[in-house]
Amino acid sequence: MVKKTKSLNLNFGPQHPAAHGVLRLILELDGEVVEKADPHIGLLHRGTEKLIEQKTYTQALPYFDRLDYVAPMNQEHAFALAAEKLLKIEVPIRAKYIRVIFCEIGRILSHILNVTTQALDVGALTPSLWGFEERETLMTFYERASGSRLHANYFRTGGVHQDIPIKLVDDIEKFCKSFPKIIDDLEGLLTDNRIFKQRNVEIGVVSKQEALDHSFSGVMLRGSGVPWDLRRSQPYEIYNDLDFKIPIGKNGDCYDRYLCRIEEMRESVKIILQCIERLPKGPVKSIDGKISPPNRDDLKQSMEALIHHFKLFTEGYRVPKGDVYTAVEAPKGEFGVYLISDGSNKPYRCKIRAPGFSHLQAMDYLIRGHMLADVPAVLGSLDIVFGEVDR
Amino acid sequence: MIDNLKKLETYLNSELSIKIRNSLIENNELLIEVDQKDLVQVIQFLKSDDKCKFRQLVDIAGVDYPSDENRFKLVYLFLSHENNNRIKLSIKFKVNEIINSITKIFPSANWMEREVFDMYGIKFKNHPDLRRILTDYGFKGHPLRKDFPLTGFNEVRYSEKEKKVIYEPVKLEQNYRNFDFESPWEGTSYLKEITKKETNGKKN
Repeated sequence: MVKKTKSLNLNFGPQHPAAHGVLRLILELDGEVVEKADPHIGLLHRGTEKLIEQKTYTQALPYFDRLDYVAPMNQEHAFALAAEKLLKIEVPIRAKYIRVIFCEIGRILSHILNVTTQALDVGALTPSLWGFEERETLMTFYERASGSRLHANYFRTGGVHQDIPIKLVDDIEKFCKSFPKIIDDLEGLLTDNRIFKQRNVEIGVVSKQEALDHSFSGVMLRGSGVPWDLRRSQPYEIYNDLDFKIPIGKNGDCYDRYLCRIEEMRESVKIILQCIERLPKGPVKSIDGKISPPNRDDLKQSMEALIHHFKLFTEGYRVPKGDVYTAVEAPKGEFGVYLISDGSNKPYRCKIRAPGFSHLQAMDYLIRGHMLADVPAVLGSLDIVFGEVDR
Repeated sequence: MIDNLKKLETYLNSELSIKIRNSLIENNELLIEVDQKDLVQVIQFLKSDDKCKFRQLVDIAGVDYPSDENRFKLVYLFLSHENNNRIKLSIKFKVNEIINSITKIFPSANWMEREVFDMYGIKFKNHPDLRRILTDYGFKGHPLRKDFPLTGFNEVRYSEKEKKVIYEPVKLEQNYRNFDFESPWEGTSYLKEITKKETNGKKN
């Protein structure tokens, strides 16, 4: 007797806790084996690119916080760099250091979230409890610099909004001294954990060639053994002067990607410590009054400053005609902004290149032939945040 | 290996001479413009050529110029890890033209082309699965076109009466106000003319 098998269609999400947001994944199952996965995205689509076309450059910046909301400042960075490249302005050296410090804090924020929720997806609860405590500390650093824990809106074209208090620098340094211990603890829970390894080793394997073909970047690419990090290969800001390593995976599976993220956190801590050690004094935003607003004291004294202030907060600044693509190494991969300016005070077009978009696209290829239980593990290691995938 | 953009530009111009309409280096980025019909060949060349090695497609960006005869522009961004450089490739075409899909060359173009289709209504030939991707199920229109209003056409809400989510035409209490603060920063037009004359005079 021949048994007829019928494939089962299963809706994974959009309200599934392991879907990392609002992903609707339509799975075609043969027993417990996934035959096809069709991700439906766009449930968090807010039309960021359309909105940016209607706003001045200063007003467009906060939208970037809302893309990958676990590492907001890294996104702002890409947009600020794009506008600066078009305007051809220099950023003061102190601002560069502050930017790098906060970008690396963003990287740690994102990696803690990813590593611990990935563990949560495969059944370990404790790491997330420990990790989120550290995230809270890091978010208070965000708050003390910018005024808000998540949607910082701190970077500006030509620098950062405000200087950071000295006490904050000391506290970040203190955190950097204590944090490696926490990473050790997390590793103690996960790295050699039998269950964690069973769920992650040899799952979602990506070869070098396939990683390139599927437009992977960041940890997804490095996990497969491609030594590529924009901070090193196309350095921006001061990354050229800093001493840090790029962890590379070997097998391209979920476990290697986890190890890469852990190591990257350690490297980020090193980068922050180096920046704090060298942090120079000076202005934190461009001194060009046509681009960065005057400070409050000048406003009371100088007519020129008052005019600049008024013009900057009504009309904004105009950006010369042209188009640029700038990319930064965000925690999730290459985050790029393709900016087209028509010479007015608003961007004509701002295409956001989100790393998660390409990663999620490969979901079908990654999960085909795996068991249903591997779906959350693979999804976790892709490091998907729907803010940036759906834009 | 080509590490320098200038060299790359001359190399591409010599290899693909008739296919390249224009090439320029601006802001340290190389942009080449090609004809829509040559797109697939040029991209195939960029990927497979031993000297170019643009093995990764970074993104595809659509742009809308409603007043131009060739209304749409597509910009393809490529990255070469081996040579550590980037290239931008652009095509311009009319509203109803159908573009060749590059999913055969770069599998990752699949969603990117779907996004362009969703946002601009540009159709791709030989695309395996050209559906909308970011907008709602059953959405009408193409939101990133310049003639699509920012507020859209429909709004959704949960109706207590019907016990389901319903679609209604957008009703705004106050019209969307787009303040145009743009004004000549340098002063009024007659002042501009004076300054123009002055600068011209200086040159002479």
